[in-house]
Amino acid sequence: MARTVSIRESGGDRLFMVLVYAFLTFVLLVVLLPLLYIVSSSFSSPQAVVSGKVWLFPVQFTLDGYKAVFNNPQIGSGFLNSLFYTVVGTLINVVLTVMLAYPLARKTFHGRNIFMVLLVITMMFEGGLIPYYLVVKELNLLDTRWAMILPGALAVFQVIIARTFFQSTIPDELSEAADLDGCSDIRFIFSIVLPLSKPILAVMTLMYAVGHWNAYFDALIFLRSPDLFPLQIVLRNVLILNTIDASMVANANQMLAQQGLKDLLKYSLIVIASGPVLIIYPFVQKYFVKGVMIGSLKG
Amino acid sequence: MSKLHHEMHPVSLLPMQAARRKEALRKMLRHWQLYLVILLPISYLIIFKYVPMAGIMIAFKDYNVVKGIWGSSWVGLKYFHQFFESPNFWLYMKNTLGISLYGLLVGFPAPIILALALNEVRNGLFKKSVQLVSYAPYFISTVIMVSIIVVNLTPNVGMVSKLFQMLGVENTNFMGIPSLFKSIYVWSDVWQHTGYGAIIYIAALAGVNPELYEAAKVDGASRIQKIINVDIPSLIPVSVILLILNLGNLMKLGFEKIYLMQNPLNLATSEVISTYVYKVGLLGSSFSFSAAIGVFNSVINLVLLVVVNFIARKLSNNSLW
Repeated sequence: MARTVSIRESGGDRLFMVLVYAFLTFVLLVVLLPLLYIVSSSFSSPQAVVSGKVWLFPVQFTLDGYKAVFNNPQIGSGFLNSLFYTVVGTLINVVLTVMLAYPLARKTFHGRNIFMVLLVITMMFEGGLIPYYLVVKELNLLDTRWAMILPGALAVFQVIIARTFFQSTIPDELSEAADLDGCSDIRFIFSIVLPLSKPILAVMTLMYAVGHWNAYFDALIFLRSPDLFPLQIVLRNVLILNTIDASMVANANQMLAQQGLKDLLKYSLIVIASGPVLIIYPFVQKYFVKGVMIGSLKG
Repeated sequence: MSKLHHEMHPVSLLPMQAARRKEALRKMLRHWQLYLVILLPISYLIIFKYVPMAGIMIAFKDYNVVKGIWGSSWVGLKYFHQFFESPNFWLYMKNTLGISLYGLLVGFPAPIILALALNEVRNGLFKKSVQLVSYAPYFISTVIMVSIIVVNLTPNVGMVSKLFQMLGVENTNFMGIPSLFKSIYVWSDVWQHTGYGAIIYIAALAGVNPELYEAAKVDGASRIQKIINVDIPSLIPVSVILLILNLGNLMKLGFEKIYLMQNPLNLATSEVISTYVYKVGLLGSSFSFSAAIGVFNSVINLVLLVVVNFIARKLSNNSLW
């Protein structure tokens, strides 16, 4: 394109490009450095961190913070709970989303406009927090694992994206032909629609899974028992509310050491909790980008 | 609906309504499995979306746990009056709109600028690295994000607070200063969401007709002129749509991050409508009062969305509907 003619670039253009590169380098550093600081602090001794000696590299390398994290039973149970909510929740999300999006994508589905209106209305009006809470309460779901899965079993936005995808990739002729051959609608979904929709299923799974893994709001309002808490609630208690009980720290004998370890634990906990997502992310980045693109087709 | 019918089934052109209805019924029966499939997700929508919508009525009642929603007595607009007349009404409105507008002012152009800059750079390792790194914070959870903010702003310890100290800013507890709350909230949001927000604009720029660049080149346009005359106009449709959506959500200011960033020192500027609803409603059990605030909030949002959409349609021909 236009930038292949760089030989003829004027002085003004060259100066402009220097500014562009400087700006992008600035962006890169601004995003990266605060994260790097946390990683380095997590490997540094508590004294070095508290006295402000840590910048970009670990000072007095130690793994004490990580040991404290792994010795903590709450974090382990939070991790397992989050894994459960993410796997089961995402599975239900994807199944329900396809179940709603596919019929809505079929032109021959009589009454689909009514269902579509039913769907779009929920994007514009909502009951708000209190009625939402009362419904979950009336269904006796409060403080159960189901409260983490059922109320958010479907995201309307994902349905719209999936519907757009089905409409553009599965031609009407295909379902009509299958219909003539005596293939039932459900069989058509399993043997034609799903195999053709792998990209959107991947995008949807990723979006829903990240959502479940990172969510804390539903747990905050619906759960009371600590043994049901997902990781994010445990993290909130440790990182933000600072409520670390004695069992959290291995040697609880000395108050000073405990305080230092408590601070160190925060850094290693941030690294451990966001690590999995950030390590997997570069490999699945293109799917997320694709998801945004498909979503924007609608707009 | 009937128009569609005619096109597909010329046989049913007979102007008899009964025949048409019979045909529709036949088609529905033929595809009964699709109705079976849609039954479950539709039940979900009814239970978790429509029943709460009907539950809005508790805003107009004196909700009592023992009597239930139906048994509680009607009180009209009592709770709305109570909210409007409460001494903190204007404070919460001001905080909510202040943070939203500030966020929009900074957060809306930021991804556009990043996309324009990335579009100038040749595809290569540098561009890929900037994209990879700048999208990443999007995947950090709110809890971790707030922890990152707190840790980086810890006086004498955190990297950002040390940097400010080097720049001569007095070393203080940033999270405890009410006047800084908005800025910390908004700029950390920019940090987290700019990269991911740029994706959609990068896609729009990739779709620009190459002939426009050729024409600009022939006319001897500089890079800046090319950005102003080709790139920016091509981003207008998508940015208008996103602007409408953002403006329609002004009052829907996210609960999660603000709630986590609150501490007793910054409450004067950090208490917004959504956090207040949670506190009086669920923590304080004033269900009706809190539901009334929620209703007020939704109505304002809906009105905003309709008005902004109307203006956008008049001015630019880009709109949601």
